[in-house]
Amino acid sequence: MRLNYPVGIRIVKLPCTGRVAVIHLLKALEKGADGVFVAGCMEGDCRYQAGNLRAKKRVAYVRQLLQSIGMEPERVAMYNLSSGEGPRFAEISREMAEKVRQFGPNPVKGKGVRKEKAA
Amino acid sequence: MSTTTPSKLEKILAAGHFAVTSECGPPRSCDQSIVDEKARLVGPYVDVINVTDNQTAVVRMCSLASCIRIKQLGFEPVLQMTTRDRNRIGLQSDLLGAGAFGINNVLCLTGDHQRFGDHPTAANVFDLDSTQLIQTVKRMRDEGKLLGGQEMAEGVRPQLFIGAAENPFADPFEIRVLRLAKKVAAGAQFIQTQCIYNMEKFKLWMQQIVDRGLNEKVSILAGITPMKSVGMAKYMKAKVPGMDVPDEIIKRLQGVPKDKVAAEGVTMAVEQIQELKECPGVRGFHIMAIEWEVMVPEIVERAGLSPRPEVS
Amino acid sequence: MIMAKPKPIEEIINEIKGFDKILVAGCNGCVAVCEAGGLKEVEILASALRMYFGNQHKNMQIDEVSLTRQCDKEYLAEIKDRIGSYDAVVSIACGAGVQFMTEMYNTKRIYPGVNTCFIGVTEEKGVWTERCQACGECILARTGGICPIARCSKRILNGPCGGSSNGKCEIDKDVPCGWQLIYERLKELGELKRFEEPVSPKDWATSRDGGPRKLVKEDSQI
Repeated sequence: MRLNYPVGIRIVKLPCTGRVAVIHLLKALEKGADGVFVAGCMEGDCRYQAGNLRAKKRVAYVRQLLQSIGMEPERVAMYNLSSGEGPRFAEISREMAEKVRQFGPNPVKGKGVRKEKAA
Repeated sequence: MSTTTPSKLEKILAAGHFAVTSECGPPRSCDQSIVDEKARLVGPYVDVINVTDNQTAVVRMCSLASCIRIKQLGFEPVLQMTTRDRNRIGLQSDLLGAGAFGINNVLCLTGDHQRFGDHPTAANVFDLDSTQLIQTVKRMRDEGKLLGGQEMAEGVRPQLFIGAAENPFADPFEIRVLRLAKKVAAGAQFIQTQCIYNMEKFKLWMQQIVDRGLNEKVSILAGITPMKSVGMAKYMKAKVPGMDVPDEIIKRLQGVPKDKVAAEGVTMAVEQIQELKECPGVRGFHIMAIEWEVMVPEIVERAGLSPRPEVS
Repeated sequence: MIMAKPKPIEEIINEIKGFDKILVAGCNGCVAVCEAGGLKEVEILASALRMYFGNQHKNMQIDEVSLTRQCDKEYLAEIKDRIGSYDAVVSIACGAGVQFMTEMYNTKRIYPGVNTCFIGVTEEKGVWTERCQACGECILARTGGICPIARCSKRILNGPCGGSSNGKCEIDKDVPCGWQLIYERLKELGELKRFEEPVSPKDWATSRDGGPRKLVKEDSQI
């Protein structure tokens, strides 16, 4: 489809978002990602029953943790879309990139290297 | 009929009269005049006055001090004791103190959990439960022994008529009579029940007690609380655990003009007493007019329970 | 097993903010099972702390380790060569582990990273509930295998109290009445007789009321 999405995004492919653990999201941020979004299947459509619902809870947990340590919770987000929705993925990527841009670079990184990550 | 203690309540019951008891909640301050007022108000119309022990886990003037005060005014108190705040050392110590001041009635309770009181962060004790407190009092009185085995000579043991509370409406219903039997086996001599509104269920409970012959061993005093307002009835139905308020009660109160609701509540209490006088096994009435002690004299008089008999 | 839950991270930050080098030490025993103090939780806590102090422009080194157990000396000894280089340790073992580490490395400050809660079971994934209060004198044989000390809010031995309503405790409608459970169980077992006999006051001397407890098994001693 040759859709455009922001260049700084790095995609980590997983068979199911149920594999995303809290530490994966934290590590991404700690290593300098300005934001992380988890792109899971539509709720109710998980091939492994509830993987995306688990990911949703973990994202919520990380957001809470970020709040506690004084970082913008919205640097981590969960989106649900089906695998056929390429344009939606591109749109979400732009939306997330824009949101994170407003927060500025991840302060952890210090040098302000912009790198976003999707899983 | 022989009695075990000098308790007036015990004598009234032994003589075959209906007993009438009421209660008084001490203030959340050192203002003894509040205890005095309540005692003077209800005292002449009842046989004994219960004094609550930090009821609903709210700190109030201590029950023992208030009992002593009531005794000094010439009325007979019932020392309510919960096992929530004191261990067996504190409880026995207070029982000895009560004995020293000539207090002759005790009501043994476990006590409400502090979760909903005014000190929810407090530690609780529950070294004993109500049944074990009954056992303890009985042992002190009849065997002259403390729980630790130490002995007291005759004549210096607490002379306490032992009471307990029971809620005929708590769940599961089938446990309630078993639990009463347990308290009786432990030594309870009188029972004051939870406020009764569901007469049918109460009578069913009473029937089981009579069937088991428990009424021969323990005197059941039926709990009566007049409804002051429709709001109170609704609150008790919805919010107070273990309280059974049938819809008819609320409907009846709603059926009278607003300024007559309180009077209707009093009338209902009087009718209840009259009905329960006929209920086999009921030996008296415990009238708990919650923050409405002023109505006790009227209820007692209209129920035909006044004047109180003299016993010696 | 022993259940614990993570302390609010703000509390941990407040304790360690004056140091430069911190070791976060987990325990792969009980607290790992209740997902409060195992390897995974060490990684999460250390990562969050690094990010926090990084944001504060504080050059702080926060390292990770997870021991097999923190309640045994041989496992605590695994860090004896490294602990010297740290200013303090955040131990996310239970309170016993934190204390034992303190005893073993008494020149170091050891801070607790979890609140130790109770002895309990995994009722379902992510849900743990209390079962035992370690009173030291088990009465389960007499109560149908359900403990009134752990499961009754008033730990009464002649229950239920008048606050039992629809099988729930007066403190919370989500807490089952322990005595209702006992009653039902005894009924099932045909042992209601036990329910009718008054139980005498309990000897609490074997519980925490008797002071700090100690067990000695001579045949195990070397």
